[in-house]
Amino acid sequence: MFSNASNFVHGVDNAFLFILGVSLFFLVALTALMIYFVIRYSRKRHPHAVQIKDNTALEITWITIPMILVLIMFYMGWEGFLPMRQAPKDAMRVVAIGKMWKWEFQYPGNKFADTLLLPINKPVKIDLFSPDVLHGFSVPSFRIKEDVVPGKNNYSWFIPGEIGEYDLFCTVYCGVSHSYMHGIIKIVKQEDYDKWIAAIPVRKALPSNNGFKVLEKNGCVACHSIDGSKSVGPTFKGIYGTSVDVTIDGKPQKVTVDDKYIKSSIYDPNKEVVTGYVPGMMKSYKDIIKENEVKEISDYLKTLK
Amino acid sequence: MSNGVGKVEYVSYLEHKGKYTGIMSWLTTMDHKRISLMYMYGVMTFFFVGVVLGLTMKVEHLTPGETIMKAQTYNGVFTVHGIIMIFMVVIPGLSAVFGNFFLPILIGGKDVSFPKLNLFSWYLYITGSILAVVSQFMKAGPPDSGWTFYAPYSSSTGTSVIMATTAAFILGFSSILTGLNFIVTVHRMRAPGMKFFNMPLFPWSLYATAWIQLLATPVIGITLVMLIAERLFKIGFFDPALGGDPILFQHLFWIYSHPAVYVMILPAMGAITEIIPTFCQKKIYGYKAIALSSLAIAGVGFLVWGHHMYTSGMSENARWFFSLLTFIVAVPSAIKVFNWILTMYKGSIDLKPPFLYALSFIFLFIIGGTTGLLLGSVATNVQVHDTAFVVAHFHYIIFGGMGFAFFAAIHYWLPKMYGRMYNIKIANIAAVINFIGFNILYFPQFVIGMQGMPRRYYDYPAEFQPAQIFSSIGGFILAFGLVMMVWNLVKGARSGEKAPDNPWGGSTLEWTLPSPPSLENFDEAPVIKENPYDYK
Repeated sequence: MFSNASNFVHGVDNAFLFILGVSLFFLVALTALMIYFVIRYSRKRHPHAVQIKDNTALEITWITIPMILVLIMFYMGWEGFLPMRQAPKDAMRVVAIGKMWKWEFQYPGNKFADTLLLPINKPVKIDLFSPDVLHGFSVPSFRIKEDVVPGKNNYSWFIPGEIGEYDLFCTVYCGVSHSYMHGIIKIVKQEDYDKWIAAIPVRKALPSNNGFKVLEKNGCVACHSIDGSKSVGPTFKGIYGTSVDVTIDGKPQKVTVDDKYIKSSIYDPNKEVVTGYVPGMMKSYKDIIKENEVKEISDYLKTLK
Repeated sequence: MSNGVGKVEYVSYLEHKGKYTGIMSWLTTMDHKRISLMYMYGVMTFFFVGVVLGLTMKVEHLTPGETIMKAQTYNGVFTVHGIIMIFMVVIPGLSAVFGNFFLPILIGGKDVSFPKLNLFSWYLYITGSILAVVSQFMKAGPPDSGWTFYAPYSSSTGTSVIMATTAAFILGFSSILTGLNFIVTVHRMRAPGMKFFNMPLFPWSLYATAWIQLLATPVIGITLVMLIAERLFKIGFFDPALGGDPILFQHLFWIYSHPAVYVMILPAMGAITEIIPTFCQKKIYGYKAIALSSLAIAGVGFLVWGHHMYTSGMSENARWFFSLLTFIVAVPSAIKVFNWILTMYKGSIDLKPPFLYALSFIFLFIIGGTTGLLLGSVATNVQVHDTAFVVAHFHYIIFGGMGFAFFAAIHYWLPKMYGRMYNIKIANIAAVINFIGFNILYFPQFVIGMQGMPRRYYDYPAEFQPAQIFSSIGGFILAFGLVMMVWNLVKGARSGEKAPDNPWGGSTLEWTLPSPPSLENFDEAPVIKENPYDYK
């Protein structure tokens, strides 16, 4: 509590301690009172109940005091929160791309990194971008959390105040590897940042192949890698023309990956599932990916040797 | 049949001979009491399915990484656990089970207003429940969207989301029709002389709940239909790839699902309000305040849904507005707690199982409620939103609140429902085990949630393991206590000692009837008291 990891820690922790303190007071006081009554007025000690009349003054008191307390809580919460939505205009900008199931950071000048490395004491505004489903950009140590919403602009900002490494979690459920969508935020000295960013190559434009564009647009490459690495679905690399083991209605069979199989895998993905992969992970893209686009995908896969 | 003239021979509703006998006499019954029992058997069955799913998650979390299942299985398990517990256990819970049985009796009526509709609601409940269970075994795999069905994940995952949402849709109609039935019952079926402010407080809470069911549930119905249409016909409501808005789904979902929390908790508060005066032999303190706070909670509860969405990127103005209203809705709940505790003052307290559960309820509800304040404040929400803290808060309210109130209610009313008594000593021991197990299970979740452990995580950083193990142990203690409790209740209902008409010395109308009551409840017009809790 009350670290200097970001400029929001104090505001959030103040509200937290106040609410927690009031809550604990009421929990302890009410529980103690309850236990006292149960013992003091047990039927053995107190065989005849004494009826008491409602007391308007008492009732007004216990409406007014909680009302005042919760309004203070509301105000402290608001005060701690408001700065989170007032990013300075001159803040450095980084785009955080949350996609199934990794974080990627785009720095000015089309430079990309898997770690969010930032200089200390410099305000940074993080634009949140998702190409697929909802994700959550959450850094508990910084007391920040904003959802990454596809098709909407959302952002977070902060001033890092301590050198170190911090966890970045995805907090909005996003599918099978949700709990592995973890990132690292590294806060370093300005000169270390300058050296680091200078060493990152500028990313060249993505392959301009039409088939690849279709794959990218529909999020296919989130689960099917194009570089041979293992992921949720089989990799696309070198798959065209090979023979794969599939399970059809529970029975193992062999099929050759050709145009027909690719089309069927896109339109009816649960029919012929490659053995070892879980059915139901992929929806049908019928009516979303058009027939001519399927052809373009096939042509592109042929080139992935 | 009686017209209130002359004595009728007493036959309990359990032994009443109608057109059919055996199982058919239940499946075709229009008696609110039999329908109540049928709901209860459904709810208890699904509750144990949900408990088993919950325990498998606790076992999975004993170690980071894979313990007993793969990530996709885990995601299916937490989704199905949520769907079963929310839509099939907690929402029908107190209102369909004890509401059906005791609402007509407590207001001096012979049945609900629409007995056929009541039976139809039960069939909808069973149909929806069966569909939900079947969706787990479909070829495409169990739904894996979480019970919240957030788009666009829910509109793009390949699992059987359509089946699960159809189930929730049908279950929603069961809830709407029950709500409608109860509203009309309260207005039309009160015995002569029973004014609104002569009603006991359980009917009051059911009345407030019924309005929420009637007005809010259609919103989730249409939302789920929109989601299904998006999946089937590619109509872009929520998925940005089709031109939709994912935040719209969240708004529509929570416009129902936040008030739904009050559908769960209001009848629970109502049941507790019946139990406390009986075991203290005292008039409830602040009758009017409790009655009106039910309506206040139901009313303001409609306007706070946005507090589930502080981080969704909605505007700053929406955030402070929802936060302010959220804090205001906390006050009527606090008033009820003060009233319950003050009712004990100078009472004559008999520490029987229903009262023990009621005390546990108050304690757990205070924790659940005050941790809700941390979630309702926009600054601290940032720290704990979407973490294990929410999971703990939610379970303290729903399980510690609604669940323990259900246990209190079943221990309170079982002698009336079955005419037999369970073993009090075993019930007390089970209550203590449940209370301890519950706190060990869920309290650590607050701690790791504050430290940042996100919810719905199959795997987790190793530093959270000690708390996870602690929590899992609590899970098993609680499960043991639950089995003990249910075993004792079942044994009591089947072969326990014969229960007297008024075993606890209660003052409300149900205790003037024989245990179990006859088919039409009141053979003579009931005597209506000025104040239903007039202990001397």
